[in-house]
Amino acid sequence: MGSDPPVTLITGARKGIGRFLAERLLARGERVAGISRSPTDLKHAHYQHFECDVADDQGVRGAIQAIRRGFGRLDNLVNNAGIASMNHALLTPAATVERVLRTNVVGAFVAARESAKLMRQGGGGRIVNFTTVAVPFALEGEAAYVASKAAVESLTRVLARELGPFGIRVNAVGPTPIDTDLTRAVPREKIEALLARQVLPRMGTPEDVAQVVDFFLSPASEFVTGQVIYLGGVR
Amino acid sequence: MNDANPVLELVKRLTVEELSAQGLETPDGIGPETRLFGKDGLLDSMALVSLVMSLEQEIAEQFGTEIALADDKALSQKHSPFRTIGSLVAYANGEIEAARGK
Repeated sequence: MGSDPPVTLITGARKGIGRFLAERLLARGERVAGISRSPTDLKHAHYQHFECDVADDQGVRGAIQAIRRGFGRLDNLVNNAGIASMNHALLTPAATVERVLRTNVVGAFVAARESAKLMRQGGGGRIVNFTTVAVPFALEGEAAYVASKAAVESLTRVLARELGPFGIRVNAVGPTPIDTDLTRAVPREKIEALLARQVLPRMGTPEDVAQVVDFFLSPASEFVTGQVIYLGGVR
Repeated sequence: MNDANPVLELVKRLTVEELSAQGLETPDGIGPETRLFGKDGLLDSMALVSLVMSLEQEIAEQFGTEIALADDKALSQKHSPFRTIGSLVAYANGEIEAARGK
């Protein structure tokens, strides 16, 4: 790894936690590439935005090739893009389940696969996936979302093994509810009931998530891979 | 198959590099008949993964053609295209032609 600032690809970088993490890394002088399905208003000399669906093989390949040409390398992937569906399983259409799995699982997979190819050429890298405390809670009313994130946890562990020989570490962070678009649609009493199940019963903040992401991206965690860290004391 | 085939030269070079990265010497006279993977193959599974990824990348850079060598078709072929240098070269050339014909 040279002395140039690291390059991080963030999926779902247009808003929410992805946007927060992008701005945070840019403020540190690092270089960031973002992927989202819509254009961004984030303008920065060290930021490059790609409009594509994370689950679109060709689109993600194109973004990685552009990162290779533009930045010359990729150090980190923050696999943040995700969508939720909150509904009783009996009222959830198959199309909704497919949509959630496509973005959350196929998207994380494709982004990780293509990123790893470029990371490998630089001698290694770090991938941070996003799960949720809803997985250990087996949260009712979110069957498709929880199942998709359980898949992301398995993906994290398997990729840690498969990519370890290339010097790539793969871990996952599992936030509690945070005030973003994903949780804003959930009724307040549902959120309160969920928070009551945490050891530390409060809403999370983007800063809480960023601290764990920082740890996973840092050389300080070079011996840590295949792990899931939940916020709020959940396990 | 002849030595003027640029993909053959590429696969030979990348094979040497993979072996070298593992601290292994390349046997004399590697060519289309050299077994890459499987029984008596030169490469272990990780080295094969690495070779295939490098080959995809080099083809993209040198030929301006994006191909996926490890797609469903390759993995389901009865005789794996990864068994010898020659079979991999033939498969890669076929994919390059198919991609250009699109």
